[in-house]
Amino acid sequence: MRRALLALLLLTSNNAFCWELSGYTGIEDLGFIDNPQDNRQHANYISGVIEPGLYHKWDNDTQSLVFVPFFRYSQYDNHRTHFDIRELTWLKAAKAWELRVGFRKVFWGVTEGLHLVDIINQTDAVENIDNEDKLGQPMVNLALIHDWGTLDLFFLTGFRERTFPGVQGRLRTFPPVDTGNAQYEKHGAEKHLAYAARWSKSIGDWDMGISHFHGTSRQPTLAPVFDTSGNLQLNPFYEYIDQTSIDIQATKGNWLWKLESLVRSGQGSTFVAATGGFEYTLFDVKDTGLDLGVVVEYMYDSRGYGMRQALLQQSIFQDDILTALRFGFNDVQDTQILAGVIFDRTHNTKLYSIEASRRLWDSWKIELEAHFFGGIPQSDFAYIFRTEDHIRAQLSYHF
Amino acid sequence: MKKLLLAISFVLWANLSYATTNEEKGLEIIQEVDRRDTGFGDSQADLKMILRNGQGDEAVRLLKMDILEMKEDGNKSLSIFDSPADVKGTAFLSFTHALEPDEQWLYLPALKRVKRISSSNKSGPFLGSEYAFEDLTSFEIPKYKYNYLRDEVIGGKDCFVIELFPQYEESGYTRQIIWIEKERYIPLKNEFYDRKNALLKTLDFKGYKQYLNHYWRADELLMTNHQNGKSTSLLSENIRFRSGLTERDFDQNTLKRAQ
Repeated sequence: MRRALLALLLLTSNNAFCWELSGYTGIEDLGFIDNPQDNRQHANYISGVIEPGLYHKWDNDTQSLVFVPFFRYSQYDNHRTHFDIRELTWLKAAKAWELRVGFRKVFWGVTEGLHLVDIINQTDAVENIDNEDKLGQPMVNLALIHDWGTLDLFFLTGFRERTFPGVQGRLRTFPPVDTGNAQYEKHGAEKHLAYAARWSKSIGDWDMGISHFHGTSRQPTLAPVFDTSGNLQLNPFYEYIDQTSIDIQATKGNWLWKLESLVRSGQGSTFVAATGGFEYTLFDVKDTGLDLGVVVEYMYDSRGYGMRQALLQQSIFQDDILTALRFGFNDVQDTQILAGVIFDRTHNTKLYSIEASRRLWDSWKIELEAHFFGGIPQSDFAYIFRTEDHIRAQLSYHF
Repeated sequence: MKKLLLAISFVLWANLSYATTNEEKGLEIIQEVDRRDTGFGDSQADLKMILRNGQGDEAVRLLKMDILEMKEDGNKSLSIFDSPADVKGTAFLSFTHALEPDEQWLYLPALKRVKRISSSNKSGPFLGSEYAFEDLTSFEIPKYKYNYLRDEVIGGKDCFVIELFPQYEESGYTRQIIWIEKERYIPLKNEFYDRKNALLKTLDFKGYKQYLNHYWRADELLMTNHQNGKSTSLLSENIRFRSGLTERDFDQNTLKRAQ
C-alpha cells in the first residue's frame, strides 16, 4: 500500500501540475455540567484536531487523487484520541461513468434530524453525538450516468468497527463498550465485505433515491457480557444485514418536503423505520438578509420500546418529533444558529440542542454547541445521558 | 358632449398607444441585447469578490464559475468556492428557467452531501455581499416587463435608458433602470429600487473586453449600496469561451467532485 502510494506520488509529481493543500486544525473544549456517573470520568476535556487535505487533478480534470488524513488528540479519553484516513481516493470521470477507488465518505439522505438511510460509512461516534462524523470506508464505486438517472454500484472492501468513548470518556454507555472484542456474524473475508447499489434522479421538483445494502451492519447490537475479571461490559456484535431504503425530497417554493424510510432484516426481527417532515424558510426577513427556517420532522421505528432488540441496538427515535429553528444571517462572517428540541412522545424525554457558528477574520471559525437532556425516565434507553448535558466549543483555523 | 367624449377617447388612445410604443421599444432594445449575446456556447471564469463596508474593511471571496448556454431555456451554471477557506470546495449548481422556478443544488464538502435548496431566495444577500441572488442568476427576457424612458449620454456614451419591472415572485425590487450603450448594445449602469421604490443600489460595468470577436464582458462589476454605504466589486479573470462544456459538466455527479 505504502509503496503504491509512493509510486503514485512520484508518477504525478512528474506532471506540471501541483498538489493543492487545504484543511483545518482546531482546539476544542468539551465541558459537562453535572458530575459524572463513573468516577473515572471527568468534567472537562480539551482536545486538538487536524484534518489536512491534499488534492491533485490531471488529465483535463477527469482524474484526481485526494488524501485526507485525520487526527484528534483528546485529554483523558484514549478512544477519542484517534487517527483515521478520511479519504484516499483515485477518481476517473468519463462521459457515462465515474469510477472511484479508495477510502472515502458517501452520504445518502435528505432529512436533518436523523440520517436514517445513510449507511455506507461507519460512524465515528467518539467525535460527536450528531452521528455526522464518519470513518473513511475503503471501496470501489462505479457510477453509471444515464438519462434514466445515476446508478451507483458499491463494492465495500473493508469493515470499520464503530468507535465508542473510552472508560474515562463521557457520553458513553454504562457499562462501557468493549471495542477490542467485537464479534461478527460472518468470519474471514466475508465479514469485511459489503455490497450496495443506489439509483438516484431529479425530476422537476423531486429528488429521489432508492438504495440497497447487503453486508456487515454498521450499527452493532451491544450485548452485555462479563469479561474475564468478572466486570460487566457491552460487546459489539455486527450482524450480516439487508437494508432497502428510499429517500425523497420535494422542493416547492419555500417548502422542502422530506421522507426517508428503510426496511432492515438480519438484525433480530425485520424492522421498518421512517423519518420525514418539512423545512419552511422565510428568506430575507424584512429586508435584513436573515433567513429563518422552521424544521419539523417525525421519527418512527417499528422496534418500539422496551424490547430487548431496541435497547441493545440503541434505537432511541421510535416515536419522536424534532422541531427546530434555523437562523442564517447571511453576513460577511456567515453567522448561523440552529436550535431545536427532539421530543419523545412515549417517555416525554426532551433533547434540547443549539449549534452556532461564525467566521472570525478570514480563516478562523468559532463553533458552539450545547446539548441538554430533559425529563428522562428510567425506562428510556436515553436515561444513561441524564447527567450528560454538555457544551462544546471549537476554534479552528482553515487553510 | 359627443365632442368631449371623442376628445377624451382620443387622449386615452394617444396615451395608450404612446405607452405601448415605449413598452415595445424597451422590449425591442432588450431583445437586441439578448440576440447579440446569444451563441457564446459556454464560458468559464475565475471570479473575485471584494466586499467593502463603510469603514474601509475588505473581505475577499474567490470562486470559479462555469456557464452553459441552453437553447430555449435558461442557462446552467456551476460555481465552486475557493475562499474563504472554511467554505472551500462548497459548490452551487443552478438551472435557470425563464418563468418556472430555478432548480438549485448545494454541495457541502464536509458532509459530502448534495442538498436541493429552495430557489425562492431572490432578494437575500449572496455570501454576505451587496449582490442579491436575483442579481446573479442568468438574464431571461420573460422575467421582466420593459419600458423605454429616454436617451441619455453617460460617460460620453450614447445610451438607451430602460425601466425593468420584475415579473417573478419574491423580488426585492419594484423596478430597475438600465443604461444600454447604443453602439454595442451592452449595459453600462443599472439602478435597483427597493420595495419602497427608493434607490437601493447602483451597478457599474467597467472594463469591457471583447471575446471571440463578438461577445463583450466587463472585467469589473461594482455594486454600490446607497442605503448602507457598503459595496462589492466582482472581478472576472481568465475568461474562456467554448471550452466544449456539455450538460454532463452541470449535473449532480460533477457537483460532487467539484473541488
